[in-house]
Order: sequence, then structure tokens, then C-alpha cells
Amino acid sequence: MSLASAIRDRDVGELPGKRDEDWRWTDLRGLIRALPEPSKPAEVATAGPFDGLGAEVRVVVNGGKAQPVVVAPGQSAVVALRFVSRGSGSHAAAAEVSVGADARLQLLESYESDGGSVSQASLTLTLAQGAVVERIVLAQDSADAVSVSQAEVTLSTTASFQQTILASGARRQRLETRVLHPGGGAEVRLDGVYLLAEKRHSDQTTVVTHAGTDGVTAQLTKGVVRDQARGVFQGRIVVEEGADRTDARMGHHALILSDRAEVDAKPELEIYADDVACAHGNTVGALDEDALFYARQRGMPEAEARALLTEAFIGEVVDRIGHDGAREVVRAWVADRLRA
Amino acid sequence: MLKVTDLHAAVDGKEILKGLSLDVPAGEVHAIMGPNGAGKSTLSYVLTGREGYEVTAGSASLDGEDLLALAPDERAARGVFLSFQYPLEIPGVPALTFIRTALNAQRRARGEDEIAAPAFLKLAREKAAALRIDFDMLKRSLNVGFSGGEKKRMEILQMAILSPRFLILDETDSGLDIDALRIVSDGVNALRAPERGMLVITHYQRLLDYIKPDRVHVLAGGRIVASGGPELARELEARGYERYEAAA
Repeated sequence: MSLASAIRDRDVGELPGKRDEDWRWTDLRGLIRALPEPSKPAEVATAGPFDGLGAEVRVVVNGGKAQPVVVAPGQSAVVALRFVSRGSGSHAAAAEVSVGADARLQLLESYESDGGSVSQASLTLTLAQGAVVERIVLAQDSADAVSVSQAEVTLSTTASFQQTILASGARRQRLETRVLHPGGGAEVRLDGVYLLAEKRHSDQTTVVTHAGTDGVTAQLTKGVVRDQARGVFQGRIVVEEGADRTDARMGHHALILSDRAEVDAKPELEIYADDVACAHGNTVGALDEDALFYARQRGMPEAEARALLTEAFIGEVVDRIGHDGAREVVRAWVADRLRA
Repeated sequence: MLKVTDLHAAVDGKEILKGLSLDVPAGEVHAIMGPNGAGKSTLSYVLTGREGYEVTAGSASLDGEDLLALAPDERAARGVFLSFQYPLEIPGVPALTFIRTALNAQRRARGEDEIAAPAFLKLAREKAAALRIDFDMLKRSLNVGFSGGEKKRMEILQMAILSPRFLILDETDSGLDIDALRIVSDGVNALRAPERGMLVITHYQRLLDYIKPDRVHVLAGGRIVASGGPELARELEARGYERYEAAA
């Protein structure tokens, strides 16, 4: 059961839906009555969000396989990987990323759609010992699109994987990250931001499996939803038997700015090991009215005060992005959406 | 300057201000003293337009303009500034960013040009030095992790930079040690000017040794029950509020 196989077999019966525990809040089966025609090859005329940052650019338009991203041991690279969907067909895309020992990669990934497409992207990322990867994902889909991204990340010991996903939603949008964490000094940071308006839906699902001792995971996701939008956060951290001295922390905090907006959150810690430090915090609420009045008393009109306070709320995640240029692109992207 | 006439206001349907009248001419400093629960903070929130403070009767105007019809930010742009009893912490917004955003919002509302970054930094440096605030502190999130005294100094700094026409100080002395009280009072006194009015709300007379008022009013039971010169504050300190509470 997956969107990829449903697209391949043109069979709506294979779509994930409510009956799959992991998909109950992003029910594609209930949504899609018939899969659109396969997408036709297309050209990309638009600029990508990370253009101009000096990255090597790979573009996948309307499905297909990206040229593999390979960083040789000890080398470093900055690669922009664009998944572009044009029109309203259905298609699946795939990319493989492999980073050698002690190599560094900054991967600036984007999802860009302009119609009612149904698309899926599969990524595999493999990190050798001592590899350091920062993955920044900007998902700016069309309001009519169904867009699913699924990444499988496999780390070696002493590797470091740092991710920030930024999403503005779609008709249905899901960004899934599964990390196999070997422990042994490997470090994972998984951050996320969702900024949703109108009837947009965005789902950030992560699963981190700690399979060895002395692994570290830090996770922080923040969301702002308004109008009739819906945000979904599912974060699962599994600490397997023997993965002692794991240190895993997960935070998810959302602001709901209208009565009809919704946030569904499921933070889960499954711990089968001893001597672990695990914690999760989850809050969903409104903007602090006292802080809002304080800012207005100083002269800020309501809309400006709200924007300043929500930008500050999201800023905590944005500030953690390591790539300077990408961080500023993201900061502007956040400001545009919160001040719209 | 500030004219309040027969003001009635309620919070959660409960009437707190019950016919308060007050006249603060430009150039004067008036103190409002009163026991806990008299309506002192309610008065400051009603004058600044906080949600949940419902005016049921009466009027309040600044230089003839109806304040009660304006949004909180519009009142601020007209020059009304409240120094909060408990200043808010604003995580993620550096103090400098917050103050500059506020200043430019006010300037825009008044049809003035925004202040450029270099000019703003120069102004902030100058005012911070006068209040003995370490400039690096202004790069940190506003009031987050600041001590009570630092927060009050940050209020006065905002006041000095925004240069309001009418100042309301709500229990500015609370939480201040004697050195901080002197620094804060010096900051307030530096703002005394013929075109500016001030309302100093306090429970204790102590602050009024440093910020000398022209008039003192006793607020009890939601009304001004007595007014006089500075000697009234000393009398209250000596004899307490009891007889005024009885009168209310």
C-alpha cells in the first residue's frame, strides 16, 4: 500500500488511507476517486527557491529518476535538488544520495507544483562514517496538488544528519522521514516548520529508530495554521533493545490562529532500552494575548504585532539552519507567508 | 492634555471604575495612589485600550481627541505610553528589533518617515547609556531572563526612545532596589517637559520622593476620593488608606 505503487499500477485500491494507522490523518484513499492520467514530460521555466546560492542543480520534472548525488569521501558539496510537478497528471520520482566517509553535503531540496498533480518522491540517503549532511526541504506546492515525499535515511556511526523541512501545505501534502540511527556517536537533528492557510493540509511524519548505543536525536517542529487549514505532526522515536544511553528529545509546538483550523499531533516514544534520556513536549495554542497587547501598546498595528510574534515563534527553528544563504531564503519565505 | 470624565469601566461584567474624573494638564505630573484593588491598573488598561476592559460610561480624551474610540496602537501613535507593572517577555524578538519596529509603526501612523538603521542605533546607544543599560543586552530577546529591575529599566528605555507625549507609569517602583529606583526615576525626570503629561500610579509614597508630583489623587472604590498637593502623599504614607476606603 503506497502512493508510489498506486501511481505505478494506476490502482486507487493501493492508496494509503484511514485504515493505515500512519495515514489516518492524511487519508488519500478517501480523497482520490480516480488517479489522474500519467504526467507528460515538461520543461521547467521557473526559478527554484535556492537558485543563486552556488549549488549544483538537479531537476526532476513530472517524475523519473534524478541523477544520483554522490559525494566522495572527504569531499564537500552543495546540491539543489528540485522536484517539479507541472500540470495535473500523476507521477512518481526518485533520488539517491550517498555521502562518503568524512564528506559533507548540504542538500537544498524543493517541491514545486503548479496544478492538481498527484505526485510521490522517494529518496534514499546513505551516510558513511563521519559524514555530515544538512538537508533543507522547502515544500511549496500548489493548493490543488497531492504531494508526498518519503525519505529513508541510513546513518553510519559518527555521522551527522541535520534536517529542516518547511512546508506550506497543499490539497494534501506529506513529508515523511525515516531514519535508521546506529548510535555510536551519530547525531540527528530533525526540524520542521509548517505555515498553513486556506484549506491547505500538511503532514510531517518522522520515525527515528535508535539501533545502537550512544545515539543523539533532537527534534523541533513548529507550525502556524489559520483559516481552515490542517497541520499534522507524527513523530515517533524508537529506542531498540540494547540502544542504551540514547539521548532523544522531541518538541512540537503549534499556533492555531482561527477557530476552524486544526492541528493533529502524535508524539510517540517507544523505549526498549535502559538508561536512556528521552523527552517530548507538545503544545497547541493561540498567540499570547498579553504579549500582543504589549506590542500594540508600543504602537504596532494588530497585524504587524501578530506577524512579529509568529515570526519570532518560527524563528527558533529557522535559526538552527546551518547554510547561511538557505537560512535567509527560508527566513524571507516565512515572513512572506506570515505577512500575507 | 488628558481629560477623564465620569469614567465607568467593567471587567468580566464587574464594575471597577465608578465615575472617575481626572484632569492632567500638559507639563504636569500627577500621582494616583490607592489601596490594592482600588482600580489603579484598570485605569491604566482602560486608557490604553486593553481588550476585556469595557467602558460603560464616561469619556477620556487627549488634547480633545477621544481616546476611547481608538485602537491601542493608534493611542500609542498619538503619544500614549504605558510602562507596565509586569513587562512582558518576548522570546525570539531582540529588544532592538522590537523597539525599532514599534518606533517605525508609530512614525508611519503619524505620516512621518521611518527612522534609518544607523540613526536608530545611535539613538538607542545614547539612551541606553543614560540608563546604564549594557548595549549588548538590547541584542537579546526582549525581557527574556531579565531581572525585575532590568525589565523596568527596559520600559524606561522604550519610553525614552519612543518619546511619548503622555506617560502612564504603573507601579514602576515595584521590584526595584534603591539604586535601580534612582536610575529609573532619573530617566523619567529627564522626560519631564512643558508639552508632556505624566500619570504616576503607585501604592507607596517612596517613588514620589524621586519623581515629584504636582498633584496627588487618592483612588479608592473606583473613584478619585481626594486630591491635593505633594503633602497628600506623605499624609497617606503616615496614616494609610483606611479612612479613604471608608469614604469610598
